[in-house]
Amino acid sequence: MRRRAVSAAFAVILAAAAVLRAGAAEPRVVRIVAKRFTYTPSEITLKKGEPVVLELVSEDRVHGFKLPAFRIRTDVRPNEVTRVPLTPDKTGTFTFACDVFCGDGHDDMTGTLIVTE
Amino acid sequence: MKLETDRREFLKLAGLGGGVVFASTLWGGTLDGAENEFHFVQLSDTHWGFEGPPNPDARGTLPKAIEAVNALSRQPDFVVFTGDLTHTTDDAGKRNDRMKEFRDVAGKLRAKTVRFLPGEHDAGLDKGDAFQAHFGATHYTFDHKGVHFIVLDNVSDPGSIVGEAQLKWLEADLAKRKKDAPIAVLTHRPLFDLYPEWDWATKDGAAALALLEPFKHVTVFYGHIHQENHHTTGHIEHHSAASLIFPLPAPGSVPKKAPVAWDATHPYRGLGWREIEAYPGKGSFEIEEKTVSGAEEVKKASLAGILG
Repeated sequence: MRRRAVSAAFAVILAAAAVLRAGAAEPRVVRIVAKRFTYTPSEITLKKGEPVVLELVSEDRVHGFKLPAFRIRTDVRPNEVTRVPLTPDKTGTFTFACDVFCGDGHDDMTGTLIVTE
Repeated sequence: MKLETDRREFLKLAGLGGGVVFASTLWGGTLDGAENEFHFVQLSDTHWGFEGPPNPDARGTLPKAIEAVNALSRQPDFVVFTGDLTHTTDDAGKRNDRMKEFRDVAGKLRAKTVRFLPGEHDAGLDKGDAFQAHFGATHYTFDHKGVHFIVLDNVSDPGSIVGEAQLKWLEADLAKRKKDAPIAVLTHRPLFDLYPEWDWATKDGAAALALLEPFKHVTVFYGHIHQENHHTTGHIEHHSAASLIFPLPAPGSVPKKAPVAWDATHPYRGLGWREIEAYPGKGSFEIEEKTVSGAEEVKKASLAGILG
């Protein structure tokens, strides 16, 4: 009886450790919503070396997401979630912008990525 | 004409040439074909329909430039508008109205031939339908006195690409040219990555340039960035023109791209158009930047940058 209790407790610990390991491996998700002519949020702060997944969605029409400093570009479509993995390897302030012409205000559709140590 | 060339060369070397810029100076051939020399005018980014503080004379600037072009003692062989003829609008009816008005205004040019190509403001929201209805094809070629002109459309696809179909068309057209034929490309957006952070690029521009690369004398004239800019990729030269609505800052010079504010003490500053002298026998061009009113721009700093 006692041995069974110990085994059960050990199994719980192992399971908890597995959950923790899985949690540590899961990159943080940063959701960015595109809508004429803004990104929300328009400013994102990440840590150098921290893996994240940018989750991009559009609330109206096709937009673009271009982050040249990290060689990232993708279309952002309505009713679709676009996931882009990113592990910043440098610090600084970088611009991302819509590169699919979306109307008067397209030029204003930009955002800032800040990468800190 | 040799005398003229020497005078320009002297001015260039002396840094006194005002807005005169030599293009395709790598040429080393003969002066044959000098009788074919001609000049044309490039107007760009007129954004007809725009209203706002960056240009309190939005409806007057283009007519003033046209008046100045019409006042040239030697009329150009043709005038080309390199895109963003009209300012974009979601309203298809208004877009058509702006294009009609623009045509009427441009129709006041004395030059017998006026050519148009679209910018994303004209064509990006309807894949070029309204532009084609008012101005015809969005990509085409024409030959003038020995120069082969190629008009490339990198805006009708809202993703700002030339596109596979047009690249194949370009390849087929170039297959008919001699490698030393003088070629001028007219397009709206830069074909190279000028500053992608501000969307100053064409996604598949490199593919178009790769097709043009084997040709010895290729010069690209474009607009989009609302300022004069000169750049070389390999041996291909790229020259952007000023706008006739509002200037934009130099690439990456400010955190966020926005029109340069109107300066009431220097109205129309940063706006203008250009005359381009073509030397088909040499495969070269000479650019003279003009203010809206037609005065010659003095840009010693730019010249130093180009010639340095």
